Amino acid sequence: MALAQAKIDLTEARLSRLEMPTGSSWAAEARQGAAARLRASGLPTRRDEYWKFTDPATLTAAEPPQAAIFEARDEAPLYDGIDRLKLVFVDGVFDAAASDDLTLEGVEIDLLADALAKDIHWAKDLYGVLETRGQDPVARPLAALNTAYATNGIVLRATGKVSKPINLIYLHNDVASDAILHHLVKIEEGAEVTVLESGPAAARFNKCMEIEVADGGTFHHVRAQGRDHERRAVTHMFSRIGSGSTFKSFTLTANGVLTRNENIIEIVGDDAVAHVAGAALGDGARGAFHHDDTVFITHDAERCESRQVFKKVLRNRAEGVFQGKILVRQGAQKTDGYQISQALLLDEDSSFQAKPELEIYADDVICSHGSTTGAIDEDGLFYLRSRGVPEDKATDLLVLAFLAEAIEEIEDERLREDILLRLQQWLERRRG
Amino acid sequence: MLSIKNLHVKLEEEDKQILKGVDLTVEAGKVHAIMGPNGSGKSTLSYVLSGRDGYEVTEGEAVLEGQDILDMEPEERAAAGLFLAFQYPVEIPGVGNMTFLRTAVNAQRKARGEEEMSAADFLKLIREKAKALKIDADMLKRPVNVGFSGGEKKRNEILQMAMLEPKMCILDETDSGLDVDAMKLVAEGVNALRDAGRGFLVITHYQRLLDHIKPDVVHIMADGRIVKTGGPELALEVEENGYGDILAEVA
Repeated sequence: MALAQAKIDLTEARLSRLEMPTGSSWAAEARQGAAARLRASGLPTRRDEYWKFTDPATLTAAEPPQAAIFEARDEAPLYDGIDRLKLVFVDGVFDAAASDDLTLEGVEIDLLADALAKDIHWAKDLYGVLETRGQDPVARPLAALNTAYATNGIVLRATGKVSKPINLIYLHNDVASDAILHHLVKIEEGAEVTVLESGPAAARFNKCMEIEVADGGTFHHVRAQGRDHERRAVTHMFSRIGSGSTFKSFTLTANGVLTRNENIIEIVGDDAVAHVAGAALGDGARGAFHHDDTVFITHDAERCESRQVFKKVLRNRAEGVFQGKILVRQGAQKTDGYQISQALLLDEDSSFQAKPELEIYADDVICSHGSTTGAIDEDGLFYLRSRGVPEDKATDLLVLAFLAEAIEEIEDERLREDILLRLQQWLERRRG
Repeated sequence: MLSIKNLHVKLEEEDKQILKGVDLTVEAGKVHAIMGPNGSGKSTLSYVLSGRDGYEVTEGEAVLEGQDILDMEPEERAAAGLFLAFQYPVEIPGVGNMTFLRTAVNAQRKARGEEEMSAADFLKLIREKAKALKIDADMLKRPVNVGFSGGEKKRNEILQMAMLEPKMCILDETDSGLDVDAMKLVAEGVNALRDAGRGFLVITHYQRLLDHIKPDVVHIMADGRIVKTGGPELALEVEENGYGDILAEVA
């Protein structure tokens, strides 16, 4: 089908501002392919079904919208008390001086830029590969754009149990930055790594992470987005996980004009586990808030378990979106798929839109999904207030209790407590 | 301690008058009981005093130690010293009982300009109070009232009362859903809190709770008013003859 002229114009205008690296790099073919995919589908607009609830206009515009630098002031860095390898990106560019040394036992870490300069690199078998697979059955043009043009990111190959988490720290110093990052994570058989992400990255941020987990491998991911109010971000995680492997990803989000997090997981080996969770706190009082979690999990093996747990607390015209799909392919027997998305609306101006989908071609599976939208429990609120807890604090207690269920999904206790503490601090700050 | 004058209250939604001129004064150190048939307005009185939404005061006042509480927020009334033990304590999933109590104790202290209680002092105090009410460590850790039996919920109310040390305690049908042993335990908890500086208003259907919490004054409420006031013997009269005789007498 031919694309509408408006869509072609939109796409070409955006691409005219980008420069594709030239030369005979191993990535050249992947880039050409991605650019072709992008031109075939065109950049998304609100008229695309997959973007019905989230307007991508500012993500696709040729000119990036500016975003004020967020001052965290006295707020301690996240994961501060946890021994971790710190890799810092400022407006999407690696900052070697601010980062730790790239050597860590059990893992090989390269910068994408360095890997690209080499004649051959293992990354060739991953770069753009999972992103390509993730384009079917739904096009993800902003991810294709990322593959075509990214030159920054980290390239990581875990060969054993990595001794400490790797923290990708994003800093935003330029009000007009338009950052593209592409990370690759390859986890060899039985290897294990934890990747942490934190910090405002850029005025506009397009991030893609491709994660290949071999048989028996383990990938843990904990991410915090916020509290930058003017953030516009689209992120994609494309994963393919093997037999007996574990994939767990959690995201805490606060503030942000527009955030769309896509998580596309393909389970290709038997007895694997994939969990994705998110807790989002949206307040439209200081600028718009729109947060979209889009998840697509494909079961293509037997006896695998997938779990999606997403919670959002919204107030002052904040908007939340959840699009979650479980696809169980023929032969993926004994699949156990679970999905829940819930929103707590603290006023009548906020909204939550959910599109849960199940598509099942195997006959011996357990799949369940649920979605709820509710107001705060007035009886609970009155009970707390009758004991002397002021209304705003009582509301916070109920908000924390609501989000805690998603935070519980974080397996590592220290990380879980760190995230919970941060959430408490954010709520307290809001209260002033 | 608490002085209620000519209190008229209607339900906001149904525009229905529930309280039609309640007059009642509870002195410090005294236990007053309110008895009355279903629908007489007993529970409405307790909710209005604690500040629940949905009720409109159309006339009258309620003064707690010189302050009219009817315009205050529920949390301000609590900080001023008012406590309602709920007929149906609310379950709050996800909020630990201990966290809840510590937040409440410190919020009240803060509102009164007092210093917050340290974690160590709080822990010591709550352990001591919980022990007397046979509330174990597990119940303190669990989410507020979630999965508690009827008796556990009521004991938890009394624990909150003991921790918050209010000046004026209102007990709304605290005996409902309790067996004799549980009722005794709850009554002991209440009796332990009786002192010269504290007033109690015990709302109940039945005389049996008053065997354990001995009232100084008994009021009979019917159709939104206090229709008769007397000593403890009035409760026994109700037990013996029901409300019929009294209501006929005042009609």
